[in-house]
Amino acid sequence: METQVENKLVHYELHGNCLVIYVTDDLDHHTVLQLREYSDRLIDAGNMKHVIFDFTDVGFMDSSGIGLIMGRYKKVMFLGGRAAVTNVGEVVNRIFTLSGLYKIIEQYDTVEEALEGMQKSRKEKNNYYEINH
Amino acid sequence: MKLIIESVSENESFARTVVAAYITRLDPTLEELADVKTAVSEAVTNSIIHGYNGKSGEIEITCEIQEREVIVRVTDTGIGITDIKKAMEPLYTTKPEWERSGMGFAFMEAFMDSLEVTSEPGKGTSVLMRKHIGKEQDS
Repeated sequence: METQVENKLVHYELHGNCLVIYVTDDLDHHTVLQLREYSDRLIDAGNMKHVIFDFTDVGFMDSSGIGLIMGRYKKVMFLGGRAAVTNVGEVVNRIFTLSGLYKIIEQYDTVEEALEGMQKSRKEKNNYYEINH
Repeated sequence: MKLIIESVSENESFARTVVAAYITRLDPTLEELADVKTAVSEAVTNSIIHGYNGKSGEIEITCEIQEREVIVRVTDTGIGITDIKKAMEPLYTTKPEWERSGMGFAFMEAFMDSLEVTSEPGKGTSVLMRKHIGKEQDS
């Protein structure tokens, strides 16, 4: 596992082929503009298959956040990847629910559960264990 | 309350925070506060992205309180909307390449009690939103 801090809006972790992005600011058009490219670079550089967005520190999100998550999902989807959101607070949860995002994106209480959930139903489960355990 | 801001994305959080601070006198719930903040954020973002299309311009935000109703108006003098009905359709966006979700007006409608959009192509757009604060206490 690798942890780095490079961007004041997020920090991230790499767990095998899972990228975990911890968002640490409100998500609106302004912050999303900065996060789009940053997340894509992380996905490309690490050849990441799955993306998890953690919302522990997000107090506000508008429809721009939906675009950010859907955009990253579309990116990894073509490689059979999945996207998940974790630690979603009440305010952000209403936005996700209203937008219908949960029909496409998985929701977990914690990052650990998301990582576990993504392993469980993965076809390459065995490979993942060889690499990471 | 009247606030005039430049059409730059940095001002989105400023605009919604000012409106939120202004309405705290009504003692809104956290949910009501989030609703108004989201609606203001959507309206201001629309003006920046669509109204001015990244160019510089001014956005006027007025907010007044009548008894327990919050009345917010967000006005720009940008390009305007040709087909308001189409623009308000959920998931419709003219900027899919910018990953706009097309949920802006839908969120304004969902989170506020009423939404009126007036626009003239070439002149600008004005969004009027109303929301009653404190439903539970009054009933």
